[in-house]
Amino acid sequence: MKTLVYLVIGTFFGILMYKSEAASWFRIFEMFEFGAFHMYGIIGSALVLGVIGVQIIKRFNIKAIGGEDMHLKPKNKSFARYAIGGILFGLGWALAGACPGPMYVLAGAGYISILIVIFGALLGTFVYGLIKNKLPH
Amino acid sequence: MNWIYDPWPWYVAGPLIALTMFILLYAGKQFGMSSNLRTLCSAAGGGKKADFFKFNWKKERWNLTVMIGAVIGGFIASQYLSNNTVEIASDVVTKLNSYGINSAGESYLPTELFSIEALSSPKNLLILIIGGFLVGFGARYAGGCTSGHAISGLSNLQLPSLIAVIGFFVGGLLMIHLIFPLIFA
Repeated sequence: MKTLVYLVIGTFFGILMYKSEAASWFRIFEMFEFGAFHMYGIIGSALVLGVIGVQIIKRFNIKAIGGEDMHLKPKNKSFARYAIGGILFGLGWALAGACPGPMYVLAGAGYISILIVIFGALLGTFVYGLIKNKLPH
Repeated sequence: MNWIYDPWPWYVAGPLIALTMFILLYAGKQFGMSSNLRTLCSAAGGGKKADFFKFNWKKERWNLTVMIGAVIGGFIASQYLSNNTVEIASDVVTKLNSYGINSAGESYLPTELFSIEALSSPKNLLILIIGGFLVGFGARYAGGCTSGHAISGLSNLQLPSLIAVIGFFVGGLLMIHLIFPLIFA
């Protein structure tokens, strides 16, 4: 039953990514060219509602289903990992024109080439795991 | 019936992304797509090579299920809900033409990079692999991707996420404005 719920959430998210064109290489290129408001509108409106919603959750101490606390823990304080990791991610995001969510969506849409991007992403994740302790965090 | 195939505007998509995040929060989970890459490495036995992959990956099955759903969603949307073309700003199209990419407005992804025929070019292959590599490596180094930092983290007003998101844009702008002219010259 729970599995089915997550499957439906994922399917909804997949349709959403594809239909909003957030999964299109062209839209990512256009965003970094400041060519249209579209992507900024998507991220911006998600964010405005997200901030308001999270404030409401905290103000009224709303719990997750089953009474647990919601996952809103602060992340570790650091600069290097977020700045360097973030820039590396951005370079890849623009080059491949896809971030992780849209990669899965595009695989479902039948773009064989995206499997190579996903392979690269798995490889990058694996290499990070191997050399993690040698990197500044 | 055209409205079925029309793309969703930002003011529909953005709020629905926020909704996705809140549903997952309500379920006691966190919205984060790149974590699945780590989970997959762990499930494939990565724990034998690095402690980073030594964790109970089965606890993350819910997120793998979301990922499989995203694949299904991509199939449904591309097959039944879209004409699989993307209209972008005309000056951006002109810019792409100067890079030899002429499929804007005719396809969902540039055929010059993503068609099966394009895979026979080693240069294109490298673009796809390196792009993916940087996304995977960078997301884990930064502890999250667009969903985890730009949406979840910033919604919670977390400074680390702000640093990461600024990093995403610095990296993206560097790639498009400094490196693209070199790659596609």
